[in-house]
Amino acid sequence: MRRQNFRAGVLTIAPILIGVVPFGIIAGVAAVESGLSSLQAIVFSPVVFAGASQLAAYELIGRDAAVVVIVATVVVINSRFVMYSASLAPHFVSATTPQKLATSYLLTDQAFAVWIIRYGREDESTELKLAYYFGAALALFVTWQSSTIVGVVLGSGIPPEWSLDFAIPLVFLALLFPAITDRATSVAAIVGGLTAVVAQPLAYNLGLPLAAVVGIATGLIAESRR
Amino acid sequence: MTSLAPWEIWLVMGLAGAGTLALRYSFIGLLKRSADEIPDLARRALRLIPAAVLAALITPSLTHPDLIFDPWTERMLAGIVAAVVAWRTKNVLVTIAVGMATLWLLQAIS
Repeated sequence: MRRQNFRAGVLTIAPILIGVVPFGIIAGVAAVESGLSSLQAIVFSPVVFAGASQLAAYELIGRDAAVVVIVATVVVINSRFVMYSASLAPHFVSATTPQKLATSYLLTDQAFAVWIIRYGREDESTELKLAYYFGAALALFVTWQSSTIVGVVLGSGIPPEWSLDFAIPLVFLALLFPAITDRATSVAAIVGGLTAVVAQPLAYNLGLPLAAVVGIATGLIAESRR
Repeated sequence: MTSLAPWEIWLVMGLAGAGTLALRYSFIGLLKRSADEIPDLARRALRLIPAAVLAALITPSLTHPDLIFDPWTERMLAGIVAAVVAWRTKNVLVTIAVGMATLWLLQAIS
C-alpha cells in the first residue's frame, strides 16, 4: 500500500515535471549568467530549493544588491510556504520529527498542489499520506536538481527567443483550475490574480503575498455572504 | 556579472536556505496535537490558498507594467488560450503544449 501510494504520487506529478525541466534549466543558466561559479550555482539549488525565489536571488546578485536585500526578497517570495505548511500540518501531526523535516524541506508549489487535490477531499492514514507526498515531492526534487545542473552546464547557450520561461505560468495555470471548485475559490483566484498585476510594481516582489492575502480575504467575504 | 565576493554569495545562500526551511517547517514543525488547534476562520482561509496563490503567480507573467495602455501582449493572448485548454482538459501536458505553440505562433506572425 505504501509503495503503491509512493508510485501514485510520482505518476500524478509526472506531467507537471515536464514543465519543471525548462524552468530548472532557465534557473541554472540564470545563476551562471549572474556571476555565480559553477559550484555555487549547483549548490544553491538544493540549499534553497524554491525556483521563483532562486531566479529573483540570481537577478539581485547580478545587480550587486546588498546581502540583506537578497535574503529578504527570498523570504518574502517564499512566505507562501507558511500557508502550505499550515495546510499540511494537521495531516502530519503524528509523523516523526525527521519525517516532518523532510516533508518541510521538500515542500513546493507543485508537490503541495498535487497532494492537496487528492487529500483535500479524502483521508487516509498518516503513513499512506506521507508515502504519496514523498512520491510527488521527491520526483520533483530530483527533476529540479538535475535540470538546474543541465542549465549550469549549458550556461547561456539557450536562445531567449524560445521563451521557455513561459512554461512556468502554464504549469501554474494547469494547477489552478482543479483548485477552483466553488464561488469562494473562484473569487479568491480572480481577486488574487488581479491584485498581483496591480501590485506588481511593489518592491521586493511584495505583490505576491499581498495578492494572496487580498484574494483569500475577499474569498472569505464572498463565502460568508452566501 | 556580480561584484559580490564569493563569501557573500555563500552567506546569501546559507541565510536564504535557512530562512526558506524555517518558513516551510513553521506549522508542520510546531503543530503538536491535532487540527483542532487551528481556528475555524484559519481553516476556511487555508482552503482558499491554492486558488489565490496560483492565480497571483500566473497573472504578472502574462502582463507587463504598461497593462492599462497595452493589455494584449502575446503572453496574455497565449495565456488566455492556455487557460481555456486548462479549464476544459485539466491536463498539464496539453496546457503547456498549446500555450507554448500559441506563443511561438504569435511571435512568428508579429
